[in-house]
Amino acid sequence: MSILESLELALKNIVSSKVRTLLTMLGIIIGVAAVIVIVGLGNGLETYVTDSFSDMGTNTLTVTVMSRGSTRSLDAEDMYGIVEENSQYLDLCSPTVPMIGYVKIGSETVDTTSSTGVSEDYLDIARLTIAQGRNLQYSDMATRAKVCVIGAYLNQAYFGGNAVGQTLRVGGQSLTVVGVLEQQEDGAMEEGGSDDCLYLPYTTAERITGAASAYTITMQDEDHIDESVAALEASLYEVFASDDYYTVTSMSEILDTMTSMINILVGVLAGIAAISLVVGGIGIMNIMLVSVTERTREIGIRKSLGAKERYIMQQFVIEAAATSALGGIIGILLGDGLSAVASTVIARVMEESLTVSPTMGAVLLAFGISVGIGVFFGYLPAKKAARLNPIDALHYD
Amino acid sequence: MNALIEFQQVCKYYHMGDTTVKAADHISFQIYKGEFVAIVGSSGSGKSTCMNIIGCLDVPSEGTYLLNGKDVGQMNKNQLAEIRNELLGFIFQQYNLLPKLNLVENVEVPLMYAGVPKKERRERALEALKQVGLGDKWRHKPMELSGGQQQRVSIARALVGRPSVILADEPTGALDSRTGREVLGMLQDIHRQGNTVVLITHDNSIAVQAQRIIRLEDGHVVYDGPSDAPEAVVTPRIAGEEEGRSA
Repeated sequence: MSILESLELALKNIVSSKVRTLLTMLGIIIGVAAVIVIVGLGNGLETYVTDSFSDMGTNTLTVTVMSRGSTRSLDAEDMYGIVEENSQYLDLCSPTVPMIGYVKIGSETVDTTSSTGVSEDYLDIARLTIAQGRNLQYSDMATRAKVCVIGAYLNQAYFGGNAVGQTLRVGGQSLTVVGVLEQQEDGAMEEGGSDDCLYLPYTTAERITGAASAYTITMQDEDHIDESVAALEASLYEVFASDDYYTVTSMSEILDTMTSMINILVGVLAGIAAISLVVGGIGIMNIMLVSVTERTREIGIRKSLGAKERYIMQQFVIEAAATSALGGIIGILLGDGLSAVASTVIARVMEESLTVSPTMGAVLLAFGISVGIGVFFGYLPAKKAARLNPIDALHYD
Repeated sequence: MNALIEFQQVCKYYHMGDTTVKAADHISFQIYKGEFVAIVGSSGSGKSTCMNIIGCLDVPSEGTYLLNGKDVGQMNKNQLAEIRNELLGFIFQQYNLLPKLNLVENVEVPLMYAGVPKKERRERALEALKQVGLGDKWRHKPMELSGGQQQRVSIARALVGRPSVILADEPTGALDSRTGREVLGMLQDIHRQGNTVVLITHDNSIAVQAQRIIRLEDGHVVYDGPSDAPEAVVTPRIAGEEEGRSA
C-alpha cells in the first residue's frame, strides 16, 4: 500500500466528514494565517524603515559637537581638516546648520519648510539631484553668498515651477534661488514632506543662527564602519580631550538597531501566533484519538485482511497530516487575504504606504510546520490504532 | 500429503483475574487441501479460539499450529498479517464490510495490502463480484444492500486474494434461513471449485452441509469424522461420555 493510496483514503475520509474536519483545522488555519500576517507586517515595517534610512544614505556618519570654552572648540574648517586627515576612511563632509525661523516668500509665510545650511557636497551626500539651475558651490561658501536651493514642492507651490532667479527670505535674510531639486522618489510633494525643503550655504546660515554644531560625513567604504567611527572619534578626542563633547552616530548603526528591534518584535508576535499552531495540533490529536476509537472495527477488519501495523499507522498519520496540511493551505490563503486587507487599511488610516508582504519563505515554513504538526500529533493516535488487537477490534461495537 | 492446517496439542489459556480459563485444551487435528470442514460447538466450547488461531489472529499458548507447514506460533505480528493476507480468506457473521467504501473497493482491500497494482486489482475485484452475482452493483455502498448480498460481497472479498483457506465464522448467523441456505450453497460451490473451506458454527443443521465435522466441547475435540456418520450430530449426554472417555 503506497503513500499515495493512503493519501487518497485520507482525503476520502476528510471529505466524508467536512464539518468535523473544518473544526479540527480551525486552530491550524488561525495559527498559520496569524503567522503569515505578522511576518508580512514585520517585513513591511523593515522595508519601510530601511527605505527611509537609505534615502538619507546608510554610508553617512553624523557628528554632533558642543564647544568647550574658547580654547577647545571646533569649527567647520577644523572638521574639514579632520576629514582630510582620515581620508582613507572618510570622504565628503558637510556641516548641517538647522535654521530656526520661517521661510517667507513674497508676503506668504511658510512654516513647514525645513531649511538647512549645508556645504556644496551635501546634495551628493544626501543623494539629491538638481532639476533646474545649479547646485551650491564652494564660492558660495567662501563668499557667504545669499543663495539657496529649494525642494520641488516649494518650486511648484509658490513659484509655479519657475523659482530659479526668484528671491525668498529665511530668518530675515533675502536669498536668491539658484537651483531646484528633483522630486524625490517616495514623492512626498506636500507640506512638511521631503520635497518641502531649502538648502543655503552653511556660512550664510552660520551668520544667521551661529556656528555649525552638526556635520554629516560620508565614508569611503561601508564595510569599514567601525574603523571609520574610531578614526573620527580619535581625531575629535584630540581636539576636546574628553569624549563628553561630541557624539558620532552612523546611519547604518541606527538602521541595524531598528531592524533588530523590529525583528525581535516580529519574532515575539510570531511566537505568540505559533502557540495557536500547537493548540491546533492538539486539536488534531484529540480528533484523531476519537477517530481511532470510532474506527476500531474498521481497523480490526483491515488487520484481518492483512494490513500490517505500519499500514494502519501510515493511514492515520497521513490522515492527520493531510487534515493539518489542508488547514495550512486555507490558513495561507486567509493570511494572504488578510495581508492585502491590512496593507489597504494601513494606507488609508495612517497615510503611509506600508506593504504587508507575506514572503515565500514564511508561506513555505507555515505549510511545513502545519504538516509537521499533523505528523507529530497524529503519531500517538496512529500508534494506538496500529497496536489494536485484531480480535478485540473485530468484536468492538 | 502434508496437511494444510495442522493442530498439534494446541492450548490457549486466558487469564481472567486469578483464574485461568483453558479455551483450548490440547486440541489436535489436521485439515487437508480441498476439504470442507465444519468446526462445531456451543458457545464456550473453544470454537472461536480455534477460529482465531486458524485465522492467524491469535497464536497458541502451547502446542504447535502449522499452516502450510509453517509454524505460526513463531511468527511476529507483521508475518501474521502477511499470512492472513496471502493464505486466508475471512467470511464473518457480521459481513464486516467497510461502510465508506463501495463494493468493488471493499473487495479490493486484501489486494491493496498484497501490493497488487491498481488496474489489476480493480479487474480482479470486479471478476470476484461477478462470481457472486453482484457484478452490476459494484458502485453501491454496503448499506444499500440486503444482508445476503452483503455476505456475498464478503465472500467475494475472501476469494479475491486466491487464499489457501476460506474461513467462515457463522456466515449464516445474521441471515434468514433462505438466504442462509443460499450462502451455504455458495460455500459448497467454492469447495467444489477446489478450495479448502473451514466453517465455524454452533448450528448442527449447518455443520452437516460440510464433508467433515470437528466437534468441540470445553476446549476438547469430542468428535472428528464425516458429517454423515450418526455420531456427528450427538446429543449432549453422549457428548459428555465422549468427553469423559477422551479425558
